[in-house]
Amino acid sequence: MRILAVAEHDQELLKPTTLSTISAALAIGEEVDVLVAGKDCNAVAGAAARVAGIKRVINVDDDCYKNQLAENMAPLVAEIGKSYTHILASATTTGKNFLPRVAALLDVAQISDIVEVKSADTFVRPIYAGNAMATVQSSDEVKVITVRATAFEEAPEGGDAQIEAFDFVHNQSDSTFIDEKLSESERPELTAASIIISGGRGMQNGENFILLEKVADKLNAAIGASRAAVDAGFVPNDYQVGQTGKIVAPDLYIAVGISGAIQHLAGMKDSKVIVAINKDEEAPIFQVADYGLVADLFNALPELEEAL
Amino acid sequence: MKILVGIKRVVDANVKVRAKSDGTGVDLANAKMAMNPFCEIAVEEAVRIKESGKADEIIAVSIGATVCQEQIRTALALGADRGILVETEEHVDPLAIAKILKKIVEDEKVDLIILGKLSIDTDNNQVGQMLGALLNYPQGTFACNAEFKDGAILVSREIDGGEQTVSLNLPAILTTDLRLNEPRYASLPNIMKAKKKQIDITSPSDLGVDITSNLKTISVVPPDERSAGVIVESVEELVEKLRSEAKVI
Repeated sequence: MRILAVAEHDQELLKPTTLSTISAALAIGEEVDVLVAGKDCNAVAGAAARVAGIKRVINVDDDCYKNQLAENMAPLVAEIGKSYTHILASATTTGKNFLPRVAALLDVAQISDIVEVKSADTFVRPIYAGNAMATVQSSDEVKVITVRATAFEEAPEGGDAQIEAFDFVHNQSDSTFIDEKLSESERPELTAASIIISGGRGMQNGENFILLEKVADKLNAAIGASRAAVDAGFVPNDYQVGQTGKIVAPDLYIAVGISGAIQHLAGMKDSKVIVAINKDEEAPIFQVADYGLVADLFNALPELEEAL
Repeated sequence: MKILVGIKRVVDANVKVRAKSDGTGVDLANAKMAMNPFCEIAVEEAVRIKESGKADEIIAVSIGATVCQEQIRTALALGADRGILVETEEHVDPLAIAKILKKIVEDEKVDLIILGKLSIDTDNNQVGQMLGALLNYPQGTFACNAEFKDGAILVSREIDGGEQTVSLNLPAILTTDLRLNEPRYASLPNIMKAKKKQIDITSPSDLGVDITSNLKTISVVPPDERSAGVIVESVEELVEKLRSEAKVI
């Protein structure tokens, strides 16, 4: 078995989700290579080479991979990946964007969002927003897989893989990168934070999120939101935790003024400890919370800030 | 310009789905079925493009059993012009769906394909991207805004860190995210009119597509349930428990 894990990065830093994907790869087999495609991303290739258990890092350096456009990435990954038994990428918006194209180019299925490796050909993945878990077996020659990062530990450092350059340019002109507006925040990223505090419709407006921010400052927490809060315009859409937003599994998840719709629970129910603060004691969020506090959030949040 | 929208019949988003006790699948007996919410957004986007005068025809395509005609009718009531049902009782994997759609896109000479980013049953998030690879078309996945400019289409995409904009030459593929638009409801007169619109019926074999799957579902089971915890009486007690019992702060 030979497994290729495709690295996600911003030309400088290897994303932590890739470390989880590498763990999934190592659970499949021992021979794991990492593909780093980008422009001037030697630092990323170096970081990948230091991950324990990696045999080889393939570094492809060209402007056309800088933004990881699916139209350019897919032919590259398919070309390199066709000699592997497995191709893995993180189930992030980047991995989800290019990997199905790779699968189609290789004329094989993709197994999306795996949370467990049963064997080299059998995997577990959530369906129906996590309301059921399917175990699927693939007989494809190349198994193309996206990995749900929260389900796998991040692979530790400790490796010393060799880095090989690979020349391959696929620069199509039908899709062009225009720009990117990334949320700037001093806080940890939602998918990497060990504590998250999220607000829902109960926050009533965007200004009230300052109450969450004050608590987040004390805990070094990331701030999230329910779909209801995002749809109401309280916060930008990259705050959204849930089936169609981000899937998170921090050590502590504090849900404030969130009722607990199925779609939201799908995004956070694997958190280690869940706290719910809601004035409606019937709210479904209390059914998954380890600690529930039935209270008006406008009283509870300042008290919480004070007590921390 | 001709637009193709993909329509999937799925369990209604408000139904709480449970795995069957024998592990063979989920229990959908008597469950309310509906158009996949992301497909509704795809139909709405297509209709808005047509209303703005940039498209001449919208074709709604569904793949599945005879009953999928209900969801095609819904799309017709919302403004699609005609339907195609690719009829099969078999389960069809995303790659085979992409192959079927590719054939229809080529036969119908479609310029823009709008699909949901995923269906809320299988949660795969694959068909649009696979179709892009098979046709060698550019893709704007997880779209939250789309506008035409100088013969190209500018697509804003929801990505993990914020928003990304790409420019795509036509023909192209869009997959919809939640905030692309708010779908309208069908009016009664439009529902009546939709009954007269044409739905052509074909099949995977008519289109020459092999739908054999290399994926086998071995079991479907409920997720590990979290048990409800305790209700604390005060913020003070909560902080105390998080510190000494859960040890997470």
